[in-house]
Amino acid sequence: MARAISTRRKLTFSILGWAIGLLIFFPILWTFLTSFKTEGTAIATPPQFLFFDWTLENYHEVQARSNYMKHVTNSIVISVGSTLIGLALAIPAAWAMAFSPTKRTKDVLMWMLSTKMMPPVGVLVPLYLIFRDWGLLDTRLGLVAVLTMINLPIIVWMLYTYFKEIPGEILEAARMDGASLMKEIVYVLTPMAVPGIASTMLLNIILAWNEAFWTLNLSAANAAPLTAFIASYSSPEGLFWAKLSAASTMAIAPILIMGWFSQKQLVRGLTFGAVK
Amino acid sequence: MATHQTRATARIMMSPAVILLFLWMIVPLVMTLYFSFLRYNLLMPGTEEFVGFLNYKYFLTDPSFFTALGNTLTLVGGTLLITVIGGILLALVLDQPFFGQGIVRLLVIAPFFVMPTVSALVWKNMLMHPVNGLFAWIARSFGFQPIDWFAEVPLFSIILIVAWQWLPFATLILLTALQSLDGEQIEAAEMDGAGALSRFFYLVLPHMSRAITVVILIQTIFLLSVFAEILVTTNGGPGIQTTNITYLIYAQALLQFDVGGASAGGIVAVILANIVAFFLIRLIGKNLER
Amino acid sequence: MLTRTLLLGAASVLAMASFAHAETTLTIATVNNGDMVRMQKLTDDFSKKNPDIKLEWVTLEENVLRQRVTTDIATKGGQYDILTIGTYEVPIWAKQKWLLPLDGLGQAYDADDLLPAIKDAVSVDGKLYASPFYGESAMVMYRKDLAEKAGVTIPEKPTWDQIAEAAKKMTDKSTETYGICLRGKAGWGENMALLTAMANSFGARWFDEKWQPQFDQPEWKKALTFYVDLMKEAGPPGASSNGFNENLALFQTGKCGIWIDATVAASFVTNPKDSKVADKVGYALFPTGDAGPDNHGNWLWAWNLGIPAGTQKAEAAQKFVSWATDKAYTELVASKEGWANVPPGTRKSLYANPEYEKAAPFAKITLDAMNAANTSKPSVKPVPYTGGQFVAIPEFQGIGTAVGQQFSAALAGSVKVDQALTSAQQLTTREMTKGGYIK
Repeated sequence: MARAISTRRKLTFSILGWAIGLLIFFPILWTFLTSFKTEGTAIATPPQFLFFDWTLENYHEVQARSNYMKHVTNSIVISVGSTLIGLALAIPAAWAMAFSPTKRTKDVLMWMLSTKMMPPVGVLVPLYLIFRDWGLLDTRLGLVAVLTMINLPIIVWMLYTYFKEIPGEILEAARMDGASLMKEIVYVLTPMAVPGIASTMLLNIILAWNEAFWTLNLSAANAAPLTAFIASYSSPEGLFWAKLSAASTMAIAPILIMGWFSQKQLVRGLTFGAVK
Repeated sequence: MATHQTRATARIMMSPAVILLFLWMIVPLVMTLYFSFLRYNLLMPGTEEFVGFLNYKYFLTDPSFFTALGNTLTLVGGTLLITVIGGILLALVLDQPFFGQGIVRLLVIAPFFVMPTVSALVWKNMLMHPVNGLFAWIARSFGFQPIDWFAEVPLFSIILIVAWQWLPFATLILLTALQSLDGEQIEAAEMDGAGALSRFFYLVLPHMSRAITVVILIQTIFLLSVFAEILVTTNGGPGIQTTNITYLIYAQALLQFDVGGASAGGIVAVILANIVAFFLIRLIGKNLER
Repeated sequence: MLTRTLLLGAASVLAMASFAHAETTLTIATVNNGDMVRMQKLTDDFSKKNPDIKLEWVTLEENVLRQRVTTDIATKGGQYDILTIGTYEVPIWAKQKWLLPLDGLGQAYDADDLLPAIKDAVSVDGKLYASPFYGESAMVMYRKDLAEKAGVTIPEKPTWDQIAEAAKKMTDKSTETYGICLRGKAGWGENMALLTAMANSFGARWFDEKWQPQFDQPEWKKALTFYVDLMKEAGPPGASSNGFNENLALFQTGKCGIWIDATVAASFVTNPKDSKVADKVGYALFPTGDAGPDNHGNWLWAWNLGIPAGTQKAEAAQKFVSWATDKAYTELVASKEGWANVPPGTRKSLYANPEYEKAAPFAKITLDAMNAANTSKPSVKPVPYTGGQFVAIPEFQGIGTAVGQQFSAALAGSVKVDQALTSAQQLTTREMTKGGYIK
């Protein structure tokens, strides 16, 4: 009896869950499908779902027009680079905040977060001038620096909330055993903190990958990541649904695949102190 | 003695991040502040002069300013409302065991990986387009007049797009919180004859309050400066119906190239952001300190 | 001392050696329009002729491109060696001495072959500051089959009333056929280009001689009311977010009866590869209104290649500009893609070419439209500015876009025409006062 109910319940939730999942995923799926259509079929009424002549024409077209590999490489370098530097800066800071908090720790954290609230376009010209004078325009280094600073508050915040969950008693026990600070970090703290660090890293790679304002405005040819790639397809002349879909698919595929594969790690540490 | 030492170490460990962030904030801020008192248009070099508070006067008396402020708050509020409520419901569903749960979870988190520009382009051209869009086709096949999304309900359309992007984030955080809920407690409540609704309101929701606060905090930070979605879809229009503060400053900076005016706008936005931050801190402070 | 000299010597030898081998890299910023994408695909031809010059392309959507290049040139960022700019920017930038006068384009370039109106638009004090890549005016494109079915004829020089009548008769919403497609998306280069040209033909003007905005005048009211009413009755849904590209797509898929827009569109709508209606398109001059039969809106535009002043690569950059805009390039495109696809509207020789006449049925009307445009006297009333579908002052991008937002809202129906005009008047007065035009 109980079993029967639970199966029925499970079935109901399966239908509900899949319906919602597909609904949310639909725009992406639709883009993906459209990218294999010709421009004519892309806007045909009624819309064609699966039974159309699949073509790779759009991908060839996009490939011929832009140097996709260059943009992908730039995106990877910039997002991974800025995240790693961000982590290197944030881990010690978050550690300190979590394990020897002072009265001002909360204020410092909030101040850090508040730096993210400034609309970037308001400081575009000052930053552009600084970048010009330092020769950082259109360099990966420049973009890495900007994205590091933009995401640093989030990194610190995430790590802080995660570190705080680590029970202090364990550290004290280690200290009793006479472990040095270095050892404390390497042998005790790190293993416990890895899920949080991994999740922070993944989240920030995603954020950096998708950042479109600075990457677009401070790059030209050499350092331009995928956000600039997509800007060249955003409203060209004539029929462009299929080409736009192909370009969109190419722009989001790498990060989507990475996200899906590392989903478990991403979710495991993604608590922001939400769980207590 | 030991605490002294620890504190010193802590300070050293914090300093690189804090100092860099401070510089990152203060240098452009000071430059912006300086520019905001100048007549400074990129297109007219050589005419820079000190004009006092003129730029502020123009920015604050701009008839669009209060509309933009209102739009900003509506956008943030509307998106938060949809993502938090939607996220709670979605988390409740995903928390149940069902067939293919793992795959559904992948489908649900996918929008979070999509660049704002791309999602705006896709929604605008392929879904919401009143002639060629899929929604229009669906409406027509049921015999309805298709909605002209960006003309009739422009701000709601943008909220919808932004909410679609942030729903996965809210869902994930809320799901994590939900999963940490003690199963025994629920069972005990069930035994006591508590209905599903009262279990939800008296047990589940309070347990998730902390997670909800976090979702609100993080999303607000990002939602205050929503920009790409507006630029791609409506350009702030029709009229100024979808112009938010960020877009208003953008128009000053990159359409008029009025650096002075944009800087004044930037400073105003910083002040507004700090007011929001102040309220957020109080909210968070209450909820996170526990 | 000796070591220092030696070091210096070594350094300079090294520098020279590397100089001799160095290939120059040109970074070209361009719009993602069809003709430019085609140019990018033909790069090989240039590289073959100039193996020591490497080309890097930055292709962006029009608005993004404009922001990027303007920020860069105004701050002297130096990120680009060649810029794609419109006829709006050229005179303003040339006056700021931001552009290099193009005096090294070579013999084959033949500047006298440029259409006079276009040449004027990119010259300041007789010096060429940018080289036109393609040029356009505006005209009427319509579906001959639909016109016939509806029993209307569109004369070669139509009036707005004739257009409105034809559009209403061609409309059949049950088959998703809309009589008229006009730009409605807000932007100084989008709906305001059309509306300014249209207002010109209605006898309106942006400013009087004292730079007072004129939106409170009856001509503007008549023009805008006419536009909104016509679009409501015979336009497609979602018109307030349609720009050039959206309308092109609508027309190509057979959903528009009449489309009034840039002449450059003709080669897209007649291209059978992309267009379902390629063999059914008729043309007419831009409609006339109260301003009399001679004012066809005065729309004139060209996309041009310019070089930032102070560049280190002037010679290589001019080589490229000359390659991309001379007569040989036209022939190159013709040989690869057919005559109908060559960039139009810049050279007299193209319109004297019988092969082009034959391949491009829209050639004559394009030339007529361009010759009819007078950008120094856009309105019948006197004006203090130049420019046909825009006003050539630096503030116009901002003002034009803000006014465009109001008119777009009027089209969407969220504000009344009167209200839109009042807001436009107020905001323009504000900006012109701030800019110091109105004392």
